[in-house]
Amino acid sequence: MRPRLYWPVTLAAAALVGLLAYGVAGTGTDTTLDDAVRSGKRVDPPTEPLQVLGRKGTGSLADYKGKVVLVNVWASWCEPCRDELPLLEKTHKRLSGEGGTVLGIDVKENSEAAMTAMREFGLTYPSLRDPDGSYVRDFGQTGYPETYVLDRRGRVAAVRRFPVTQEWLDRTLPPLLEERV
Amino acid sequence: MTTRALLVALLAVALVVPAAQAATPRASLPDVEDEVMCLECGTALNVSTSPVADQERAFIRELIAQGKSKEQVKAALVAEYGPRILAEPEERGFSLTAWLIPILATLAALALVVVLVRRWRRPGGAADPEAGAAPAALDPADARRLDAELAAFDR
Repeated sequence: MRPRLYWPVTLAAAALVGLLAYGVAGTGTDTTLDDAVRSGKRVDPPTEPLQVLGRKGTGSLADYKGKVVLVNVWASWCEPCRDELPLLEKTHKRLSGEGGTVLGIDVKENSEAAMTAMREFGLTYPSLRDPDGSYVRDFGQTGYPETYVLDRRGRVAAVRRFPVTQEWLDRTLPPLLEERV
Repeated sequence: MTTRALLVALLAVALVVPAAQAATPRASLPDVEDEVMCLECGTALNVSTSPVADQERAFIRELIAQGKSKEQVKAALVAEYGPRILAEPEERGFSLTAWLIPILATLAALALVVVLVRRWRRPGGAADPEAGAAPAALDPADARRLDAELAAFDR
């Protein structure tokens, strides 16, 4: 290769390789939250305001400090999400009397479809909207449904990357409900 | 007179209303689908078959049934799902490269064309290899031979 072309071509090739590496690295799954919770740490969740499903205004996880919050990532087009809705409603009724709540985060669907599901399953707990899924990505979300439990100080204390079970709820919630701020 | 004015007004309405409707044609699903993303699949809606895509299509059909134009349907999609619903790269983060690289590639190609054209037009450039080239000096023996030949030719 002619000496005058050597450096520009080398730099262009290096830039292209760097760009590809950056793109590939950006598509990986973020396991920071899982690793932290597994090692017993509690992590502050993203608290950006989100639109409240079914009414005007915004809400944030920060609004629920002082309560144990079961944050459930769901969508009505997701069958496993629909399957666990009755259990979540039952859990919400139980938590309401003990200083806790279930809070849905409805992802990637229009509000009318989500409201139809809320009515169909008789859900009484509130949901926030994440229409393009960018908010739950900060939780390292990998699929649907997913559930995160926040302690009374608003920190993530438990993560469930697939549908919840009664056994998991019975094991996870009571110790957190006993904690005081 | 009043009747004539009324007739003129009716005629004007009859002409203007269809023209206005023709200016904002009703959208069709295939026309919208290829400009919208399936949010969960990361592919264009017209090639997506997931439940999310089906729900998005149902939403679009509903808007079309309401008589919305293509632009109105897209605006309603953005209002409901956010700007990522549109099949255009985001203007931030890594997606910015999708906008920047074609611009940079075009600029680089233009620069290359300018450099090549200037080189070709330069005297002695590739387009006219003999233009302006200094004649090669003759070997003394050849020069003597050339002089002899010319002298013989003149005689």
